Amino acid sequence: MKSKKFSNFRRFLALFVFFCTIAIFAETELLNVSFDPTRELYEEINLKFTQSQKGKTELTIQQSHGGSGKQARAVIDGLKADVVTLALSYDIDSIAKISNLIEKNWQTQFPNRSVPYYSTIVFLVRKSNPKKIKGWEDLSKDGIGVITPNPKTSGGARWNYLAAYGFAKRKWKSEEKATAFIQKIFENTLVLDTGARGSTTTFVKRGLGDVLITWENEAKLALEESAKNGDGSFQIIYPEESILAETPVAIVKGNTDKKGTTELAKAYLSYLYTPEAQNIIAKHNFRPTDKKVMKQFEADFPKINTFSITDIEGSWEEAHKKHFADGGVFDQIYTKK
Amino acid sequence: MLQTRPYSKTHFGLSFGLTSFYLSLMVVVPLSGLFMVTAKSGLSVILDVFLEERLRSALTLSFFVGSVAAVINLLLGFLFVWVLVRYDFPGKKWIDTLVDLPFTLPTAVAGIALTTIYAENGSIGKIFAPLGIKIAYTPLGIIIALVFIGFPFVVRTVQPVLEDLPKELEESARCLGATPFTTFYKVILPELWPSLLSGMAMAFARGIGEYGSVVFISGNLPGKTEILPLLIVTKLEQYEYGKATGIAVVMLVISFGIMFAINVIQNRAARRLL
Repeated sequence: MKSKKFSNFRRFLALFVFFCTIAIFAETELLNVSFDPTRELYEEINLKFTQSQKGKTELTIQQSHGGSGKQARAVIDGLKADVVTLALSYDIDSIAKISNLIEKNWQTQFPNRSVPYYSTIVFLVRKSNPKKIKGWEDLSKDGIGVITPNPKTSGGARWNYLAAYGFAKRKWKSEEKATAFIQKIFENTLVLDTGARGSTTTFVKRGLGDVLITWENEAKLALEESAKNGDGSFQIIYPEESILAETPVAIVKGNTDKKGTTELAKAYLSYLYTPEAQNIIAKHNFRPTDKKVMKQFEADFPKINTFSITDIEGSWEEAHKKHFADGGVFDQIYTKK
Repeated sequence: MLQTRPYSKTHFGLSFGLTSFYLSLMVVVPLSGLFMVTAKSGLSVILDVFLEERLRSALTLSFFVGSVAAVINLLLGFLFVWVLVRYDFPGKKWIDTLVDLPFTLPTAVAGIALTTIYAENGSIGKIFAPLGIKIAYTPLGIIIALVFIGFPFVVRTVQPVLEDLPKELEESARCLGATPFTTFYKVILPELWPSLLSGMAMAFARGIGEYGSVVFISGNLPGKTEILPLLIVTKLEQYEYGKATGIAVVMLVISFGIMFAINVIQNRAARRLL
């Protein structure tokens, strides 16, 4: 009697384990670890992509958003991401270097050096531009209040910084002048928020400062929001030239190999390059890399001369070391005073 | 002298084992991890905190605003407890409950709310701005945030002590001819002193490590309004774990020193009473 009961229990256990296994294998999950401003973008992309996979697999895509550097650190520390879609290649490089979860040649694995969409750095000013801000040089004038996040804590802020620095370096062909220029801008800076969204709030909601240096998509979003509230109290200013803010993507192969999702992750990231996804991207204010789609949205994205990070510094690695690492140019700006 | 003895030596072993196991799991192991990572990066990361200008000014700022806020909390908290315990008024229960809100509110929410109110276009900031007083994005703003989050500590540690204080003590003092001031100073204050101190110490400890509410209201300008916890986050953001833990260790050691000193004073005060 006792032994029969026991075997019943065993049978139950076996069935239980069996069904659990089925449940695990029937449903595939992808985790996309991304940075803050892409939340709405990926909600739409994920919906479309899972629909396209219907019939092949029961797919759910999880999203995780936060500061780009913070997200990279989470992946290094063991967040089981399948793909990362971050704000700058330095963060993906760091994952590859520190944890080996991403292959060193990740930039060769997708078109356009693994950059499916990009953005640039522009200015948001108050309506009718009372301080007459037209370009980068205006930001260094006395009496201009600048709002930008802290390059030490925000990936977006590093783009802002390098955009200003690159402009100066290319214009005056001198590193000293460029550094002095950057120093002037940061002397004009009233608040250094820890992230891009925090700076937008400081500028828009707290009414602080005359100009916000920010991503084009963030500026457009702020504009849309203020239009919704019925006050068109801001406008975007495109400087004469700005930086090409490339936002790369990569497969976290160390994780996908274990989960068996490598192929799916590849399909997911490749999907970002399809006209359908590129359209969604443009709708969410990022600039699509697909030339045809870009042409359709020409009116939304004014032409702007851009330079890339390699035009001003050799690579992200070098730029980081020189400017943002401890004792770098950014630290010197604040200790010189 | 006050001494507690275990009830029974024979049954103490297991509970003591459990207690120390739990304490090591929750406190000692994580903290020693901190020291180990720091040790790996060498002594220089600790010296940096005192030598590097940016770190040093953040260190001074953090401890300065932390202590100012703690003292404010001590004074206002005491006043608040006094009113709450000694007087009856309508809505007393409500106010008593409200005190705990800073405990339950996520600090980031508190930070954003305070910044909204104290910014130049905020409802309170608007009043001060024409007088030339800026609150948000200055050390003053940080102090306000720290007063807010540290407030319940003093109230909740002093309140039970004051409630338990026998009325007869005061009455006898008055009968023996003491003035109200002497009664307060010689009879009531010595009783409350230890709990006031420990409440202040807790508010202080909480204040120097506070991150969430402060980053929004401080403006984070290096050398001016940048606090030490933000620099820890900054170092982590740059994958410099050693430097981050170095700063953390310095903070930990200094605050432990201060808390220990306060504890000693408090013990002395308690001993004098008995």
